[in-house]
Amino acid sequence: MENERLTFIDRMIKGKWIGKLLLTVIVLFAVWGVGNKAIHNPQLFIQQIINGLQLGFVYALIALGYTMVYGIVRLINFAHGDVFMVGAMVSYFAVGSFHLHQWPAAAFPGLPNFISLLIGTISVILLSMAICAILAVTIERIAYKPLRNAPRISALITAIGVSFFLEYFGALPFVFTPNFITYKRPYEIVTWYIKDGIHRLEAGKAPPQGGILFSNNLIIIILVTVLLLLSLTYIVQKTKIGKAMRASAYDKPTSRLMGINVDGIISITFALGAALAGAAGVLYATAYPQVFFWMGIIPGLKAFIAAVLGGIGSIPGAFVGALIMGQAEVLAAGYISTPMRDAIAFSILILVLLVRPTGIYGEPEREKA
Amino acid sequence: MLLEVQDLNVYYGAIHALQGISFSINQGEIVTLIGANGAGKSTTLNTISGILRPRSGKVIFKDRDITLTPAEEIVRLGICQSPEGRKIFATLTVMENLEMGAFTQTDKNEINRSLERVFRSFPRLKERQNQLGGTLSGGEQQMLAIGRALMSHPQLLLLDEPSMGLSPILVEEIFNIIQEINAQGTSILLVEQNAQMALSVAHRGYVLETGRIVLSGDSTDLMNNPQVAKAYLGAH
Repeated sequence: MENERLTFIDRMIKGKWIGKLLLTVIVLFAVWGVGNKAIHNPQLFIQQIINGLQLGFVYALIALGYTMVYGIVRLINFAHGDVFMVGAMVSYFAVGSFHLHQWPAAAFPGLPNFISLLIGTISVILLSMAICAILAVTIERIAYKPLRNAPRISALITAIGVSFFLEYFGALPFVFTPNFITYKRPYEIVTWYIKDGIHRLEAGKAPPQGGILFSNNLIIIILVTVLLLLSLTYIVQKTKIGKAMRASAYDKPTSRLMGINVDGIISITFALGAALAGAAGVLYATAYPQVFFWMGIIPGLKAFIAAVLGGIGSIPGAFVGALIMGQAEVLAAGYISTPMRDAIAFSILILVLLVRPTGIYGEPEREKA
Repeated sequence: MLLEVQDLNVYYGAIHALQGISFSINQGEIVTLIGANGAGKSTTLNTISGILRPRSGKVIFKDRDITLTPAEEIVRLGICQSPEGRKIFATLTVMENLEMGAFTQTDKNEINRSLERVFRSFPRLKERQNQLGGTLSGGEQQMLAIGRALMSHPQLLLLDEPSMGLSPILVEEIFNIIQEINAQGTSILLVEQNAQMALSVAHRGYVLETGRIVLSGDSTDLMNNPQVAKAYLGAH
């Protein structure tokens, strides 16, 4: 196409002007709106940021699975959100039916309450992670591996199919039932507020005006997420398996020439991503204590948007994208209206795809020889 | 006989890429496959490496049929390839690229010995070990590709077009190192379009034309063969 022949409108579309303009307007509007509110009521603003942090960290754990799997097999694994749901469900049964969180107290009665609950909670998280990892590897072997050389759209449609399967299999009366289930946390929620120092909020009492609330749940979510992120970074950067993951993501045939079992590495990638989603499922359920067979859809989509925003395929991108998503959502819910949170999330996806489809950390797709 | 290829037939869909190729490599030899673009040289190497599957024919390595052995197992048995176009992992450091070459090795001491050997052959790689593979120059990438393949401690090294895209001085350097590697006991199957260079270092050679071997013999004989001289060495 000759350049001079382009009409004004064509050039606007090619230069992504519309998207950039929209983005600028929205960002300015949001900064002005949020800034205005923040000055009027700084406590509320800080409270929102804290709530957003909690959500963002959970999204980060889910988003990592999307981004890692995409990095190595170029597949958007839409069943990932449902693996997250299974993680939450596993912990529900582990805590509610099998009292797994109480095993340290039963085995070592002398242990202080705090320590035995901590070990018990970690056991619950580890169990969810393990079962999700096994589930994801099974899915990969049965559903995705036979399609490794098929067109990408086939694998994508299969992923959507697997997602529906997990949801409606979960909805069966003898599996998770189609009901909303109240989640039983392995530990009691303890809330503190910051107002002239840190005070513990007595159960059943209303928080005082102007205090900033935070709970032990927030601390646990941040600690677990940071710990898992550091472990993942170590695995990907320093271990032989992690290096083989990066090599396979870059060039599969050459990796095979080096003697790397690429199929095995792909399975490990699925397992790692699913384990993180399993942990996210437990943490999400402790923060928003209700589990049901559809609970994975919306957090899964949000985490997917976070991964796209950060640049799909990039691990730091997924983390940064998730933190931004968490804040955007909570601020939208807090300052505009609660239903706006989903509208904002999907607007972010559309804007990213319009303006910078490769996301924050993403690089343009390489042409492979 | 280290490697024996018997009547290999390979297809890409309907295209008959290798049409009954047979050749052999003895322990300690450098054998070269020369031929024009599209003659089937890389196809031959990738079939030996287990990336491509032949429709018929056999690949026998140390008296063992490896025709259907998985690629990663073939590396473990002692065949490693430095692929055409170098195929460095651009997002990994030089050191990590070398570690990937040693993926099948489990003995730490053995890996360190291989690493020392590679760094002795290619001191430039040692200087750049923490740089990303993608930032190396073409010649350095070729060194890395060969070094990476050597890290698996192969008995048979498959080299696909090591001279591609390099300046004559670098080609000279790379071919000296190839001879050095061979002198240390590694047998080499060298695929080249640069027939002059390839025949000057190889003991024996085979000439491939559209999926068939049309000539074979000692390098000196091939070099003096008027047909080869006309088609591949630029003589008139």
